[in-house]
Amino acid sequence: MFAPAILIQAVINGVLTGAVYALIALGLTLIYGVLHIINFAHGALLTVALFAVYFAYKVLGLDPYVAVFGIAPLFFVLGYGLQRFLIGPAARGDDRNVMLVTLGLAIVIENLLLYAFHADTRTIDVPAGFDVVDVDGALLGVSRVVGFAAVIVLTLLLWALMKLTDTGKAIRAVAKEKLGAELSGIDVAHIYAVTFGLGTACLGIAACLLIPTFYVNPTVGQSFILVAFTIVVLGGMGSVTGALLGGLFVGVVESLGGLFFGETLGQLSIFLVFILVLLVRPTGLFGARA
Amino acid sequence: MSDRHRGGLSRRDFLQTSALGVLGTASVLAMPSVLRAQATGVKLGILQPVTGALSYSGQQGKLGAQHAIDELNAAGGVKGLGKIEVVFGDAQSTPEGGTAEVEKMNAAGVAAIVGGYSSSICLAASQAAARYDLPYLVDVGVADNIVTRGLKNTFRFGPGFGVIAKTAIENLITLNDQAGKPAKTVMIVNEDSLFGSGLAKLLNEQLPQKGFQVLETIAHPTPTRDFNNVVLKIKSQNPDLVIPANYYNEYVLLARTMLQQKVRPKGIYSVLGGAASSYKFVKEFPDAAQYVMDCNHWFDPRKEKALALKKKVEDAGQFFTYELYLNYSNVMLAADALARAGSVDHDKVIASLGASTFSDHFMPYGPTKFVNGQNQGSAPVNTQVQSGDIQVIFPAAFASAKPVFPIPG
Repeated sequence: MFAPAILIQAVINGVLTGAVYALIALGLTLIYGVLHIINFAHGALLTVALFAVYFAYKVLGLDPYVAVFGIAPLFFVLGYGLQRFLIGPAARGDDRNVMLVTLGLAIVIENLLLYAFHADTRTIDVPAGFDVVDVDGALLGVSRVVGFAAVIVLTLLLWALMKLTDTGKAIRAVAKEKLGAELSGIDVAHIYAVTFGLGTACLGIAACLLIPTFYVNPTVGQSFILVAFTIVVLGGMGSVTGALLGGLFVGVVESLGGLFFGETLGQLSIFLVFILVLLVRPTGLFGARA
Repeated sequence: MSDRHRGGLSRRDFLQTSALGVLGTASVLAMPSVLRAQATGVKLGILQPVTGALSYSGQQGKLGAQHAIDELNAAGGVKGLGKIEVVFGDAQSTPEGGTAEVEKMNAAGVAAIVGGYSSSICLAASQAAARYDLPYLVDVGVADNIVTRGLKNTFRFGPGFGVIAKTAIENLITLNDQAGKPAKTVMIVNEDSLFGSGLAKLLNEQLPQKGFQVLETIAHPTPTRDFNNVVLKIKSQNPDLVIPANYYNEYVLLARTMLQQKVRPKGIYSVLGGAASSYKFVKEFPDAAQYVMDCNHWFDPRKEKALALKKKVEDAGQFFTYELYLNYSNVMLAADALARAGSVDHDKVIASLGASTFSDHFMPYGPTKFVNGQNQGSAPVNTQVQSGDIQVIFPAAFASAKPVFPIPG
């Protein structure tokens, strides 16, 4: 049995790792919640974002925490453009087409990255990657604490945007009744693109928070995407709060699973818990919508 | 507009399509396989995992093979057979990917296959090649059973687990004795496929016999996204030595997390550490790499040819890694065997490899002598990162620096 100090630190580690998972899942659930499509290009777009942050640092010398203020809007525009001018028109209103288009997009993006940058693993060496804060003997990586705080703030902002702004109301209206929203004068194609843009901007932010302690190569997005899909279903599809809590939950399960059963089985424990939750609560832990 | 679109997808649809899509993405993304024809002559299969989790190593291996082939072809190719035509296959970082490419290479009429990289891929691919008596040269794969299955087509130029673990332990004892025996306890951190787990098993059997106590062996998958818990366990047990045996990305994450969590054992003594003998790691993370020791494949720094290739590779902005020079050496060995066989007939090439006394290479092995497919002279070398460079600390015959152990301060 492990000492309480180790258990507590493992839970904290899980929460901090889960926050990054949550951020990646946040974008995915937002896109699903409104567009009702599953974005298979999500992992590939995360990879693009990580490359963007990497080159912002290497070429322009921008610290990832500074670059986030440029990367997030840039990825919003990228996501907006992708949905408005590529995914939307190519899908022609059919959900299954959308899935194939995003799947195709993922393949194109990852292979282009592989062609352009080869399979090299790239890392950056910033102080935040090694700095720690000492919380009662537990050394917490500054970058992970910053990531956690940023995710909480971002979730609150997204929640406020959805509840308090006209754009948020329009997004919710489109999510609930697309035809009705269209009849009320809402530009549905624009709202779709805005939502896709928001989801993609989340990836831009996630990349900035992730890269100080992680690496980038053309397939790195794949290592997160399965977990992100799991969180979306676990948290309740389309639920912003669900994605946050689902992410934190999965982080803790993975961390404790790794501690007790070894790292190999620790990752399996995510999917075991996932199956158990779905058996008991088919709409996910925090979701009302299915 | 369909009802389906208005209502969106059901959770069941989502799960089904997610699973299919993720699998589809993983398999299709890893699909590209390039057949590159250069000239007529002798066809040589180069098998590397250039996509998937092992893609960095696969790419380095491919680069090494290409350097050798370019050199050979510039000099007219294989003596008596003409220029080498490369048939390249991407093993996609999986044994199945490797065997599928072996089938394609056999259909393309290759005279031999070089590569595989990981033990799991080498094991499966060499067995697939054995069905056609197709000569297979293992570039890196270190699992001992690759050459103990009685496959007459399979040859390994470099050392296997057994020799590596034996050398690593002998050198560790010497190192520890010379320093006044400061290390008594160890923790092993290994990746959980054939390579890491096989090595961990050997170390677990042999280290206690030599007076070391193995406190814990922590296995992890490839890829692993986070090493905080692993480091937490290391911190709680405070071993004198940490022995990592894993691939590049995970090694870097582990070393960085150890540095961040201020875990400084008396030594980090890797056995086939994915990054420990890598100039890339040393250049990018000099602080995390400082004083890391490794028992790994390494070239003989006294050989002019090694230094010339190193310079050529580095001048091109690439890193001179063990995957690169082992594949370079294996292609040279294959070319030598083909030239002596004077034919692409599989049996003749196998016989030629079996009788090989190839010495025009720059690994510290001496002339090749294969017994049951294993080159008897092959052995690893101990290195240590010192002040931003990688120094050889054992064997004494060509050590370039004295070991720094225990880690000062």
